[in-house]
Amino acid sequence: MKNIFAVAGVVIKELYRRKDFYVLFIITVLICLVMASVNIFNDPKIARYLKEICLLLVWISSLVIAITTTARQIPAERENRTLLPLLAKPLTRPQLIFGKFFGCWFACGLALLCFYIFFGALAAAREHQWPLLDYFQAAVMHWFMLGIVVAMTLLGSLVFAAPSSNSTICFVIIGGILFVGRHLDQVATSMHEPLRAIVNALYFTIPHLEFYDLRDLIIHNWPLIEWKYIVLALLYATAYIFAFLLGACLVFRRKPVN
Amino acid sequence: MNSPRIIFLLLLALLVFCFGLAAQLSPQFQSWRGSRSGGDIFNVVLGDSRRMFAQSFYVKADAYYHSGYYPTMFDNKEAFQTQHMAEDTGAVNSNNHGDEESFLGPKRNWIDAFGRHFFPDRHTHLDEGGPTDDLSGSENVREILPWLKLSADLDPDNPQTYTVTAYWLRERMHKVAEADVFLHEGLRNNPDSYDILFELGRLYDESYHDTARARNVWEEAVRKWMKLDADAQSDNKLVFEQITTHLAQLEENAGNLPRAIDWLHAAQKVSLTPDVLQKRIDDLQKKMNALIPVAPAKLY
Repeated sequence: MKNIFAVAGVVIKELYRRKDFYVLFIITVLICLVMASVNIFNDPKIARYLKEICLLLVWISSLVIAITTTARQIPAERENRTLLPLLAKPLTRPQLIFGKFFGCWFACGLALLCFYIFFGALAAAREHQWPLLDYFQAAVMHWFMLGIVVAMTLLGSLVFAAPSSNSTICFVIIGGILFVGRHLDQVATSMHEPLRAIVNALYFTIPHLEFYDLRDLIIHNWPLIEWKYIVLALLYATAYIFAFLLGACLVFRRKPVN
Repeated sequence: MNSPRIIFLLLLALLVFCFGLAAQLSPQFQSWRGSRSGGDIFNVVLGDSRRMFAQSFYVKADAYYHSGYYPTMFDNKEAFQTQHMAEDTGAVNSNNHGDEESFLGPKRNWIDAFGRHFFPDRHTHLDEGGPTDDLSGSENVREILPWLKLSADLDPDNPQTYTVTAYWLRERMHKVAEADVFLHEGLRNNPDSYDILFELGRLYDESYHDTARARNVWEEAVRKWMKLDADAQSDNKLVFEQITTHLAQLEENAGNLPRAIDWLHAAQKVSLTPDVLQKRIDDLQKKMNALIPVAPAKLY
C-alpha cells in the first residue's frame, strides 16, 4: 500500500503543477459570473438556470481533467524512459497501475471539491440555502463515476497506441453512455436479430454512468435520495473500477516496458 | 528591401488599400439581401437555425416547469405534445393524450428500476409547489423565465413565447410592468398577432382594471383573427372563443347586455361547448328583459 500511495502522491503533485485544472476552473467561474450578471425580468432570485450551467461546466471540466490526466500517465512514463527504473525498484506492475489510478482519482476528487464549493457558494448566493447533504450525495456519486472513467482510461492507455487516440475514444464512449446508455434496451427493441441481442448485451455490460448524474435532482431541489440506493450505486461503481483495473493489470503484465 | 522605412511604407499602403476596399464594399454588403450584419447577435451567429434552438429552449422551459421530470426522445411523449406551461395559461389548444404521470412506463429491467432512483420520477408543476408540493412556493415558476426569454430572443416571431411568459410574469410573479413591456416587445415583432393582443387585453383588464383599453385591444384582436384564411381560423378557434367570451364578460360588467349577447353568439360559432354559451345567453336575455320597464297601467 505504501508503494501505491507513493505513486499516487506523485500523480497528485503533477496535477497541481499543470495548468489544466486552473484554466478550467477559471473559465467555469468566469462563465458563471457572466451568466449571473444577466438581468432577467428584474428578478434576482432566479437560480436554477445558473445552477444548470455551473453543473454542466463542472461535469465537462471534471471529465476533461480525469481523461486527459489519466491517458498520459503510462505513455509519459514510457516516453521519458522512467517506467523501467520505476519497476526496477520494489514496485510491482499492479502496484504501479493501482498507484496511478488512486493518484488520478484523488486528484479528480480534489478538483471536484473546489468545483462543488464554488457551485455551493454560487447557489447559496441566489437561493439563500445550503443543502449540504444533497451536494455531498451529488459530489460523492460524481467522484465515483470519475473513478470508473479513470479506470477505463487507464486500461485504454495500455491498449491504444497514443494518449490522444485513447482520450478521444474514451470521450466518445463516456459521452455515448451518458446520453443513450439508459435507453439502449429501448433502442434494441426496434432492431432485428442478431443486432438486438448485441445491443441488449451491451446494455447490460456497460457501466451505467448515468446513475451518477444527479444534476436534475440538485438543480430542481428534489429531496435526498435514500442512502441505501447511494451505497448500492457506489458498490456498483467499485465493481466496475476493479474490473477495469484488473483488466489493466492483465494487459500490463504482458506489455514490454521499453 | 529590408529597410524598416520601406516596410513601414508598405504597411501604410496596405492599410490605405484595406480601408478603401472596406469603404467601397461596405455599402454593397449592407444592401445585399443575404447580409446578416443588420440583425442581432443570434441572427449573425446562427442564421435561421436559431428557430430550432428557440424551440428547444421553449421545451427546456417546460422541463423546468416539471422540475426536470420530462420525457426524452426515447420516451412516450403523447402527454407532452403541447407544453403544459402553455396549456395552463388557458389560451392554447391542447394536443395532449395519455397519462402524463407515467410516461416512463413499467420498469423494464433491474437497471431501469434502479436507475429511476437517480432522476426526477414524479409529475409535478412548479406553480403547484414543485417537488416539495409546497403551494406557498408557487413563485418558483420564475425558474422557467430565463429559457423563455432566451427562446424569444432567438425567435422573436413566435407569439406564444411572449404570451406564455407574460401570463406567468403577471399571474404568479406579480410583475405586471415587466409583462406589459414584454408583450409590447412581442407586438412590435408580431404586429398581426391576435394572441399577444388577447394577452395584453387580459393584462389591462385583470391587472390594470382598465376596461376601455382592454376592450380596444380585444376588438383589435378580433379584427386580426377575422383577417385569417379559413384554415388558419379553424386551427385557432380556441383563442377566438377566449377573446369573444372575455369581451362578453367585459360588456356584461359594463351593463352593455345586448353587446355581450352579440359576443357570446360570435363565440358560439367556434365553441366546442355551444350549450354552455347558450345558457349564458339565456341568462343575459332574462336579465335584459327584467331591466325593460313595464309599461305603466292606464290610469283612466
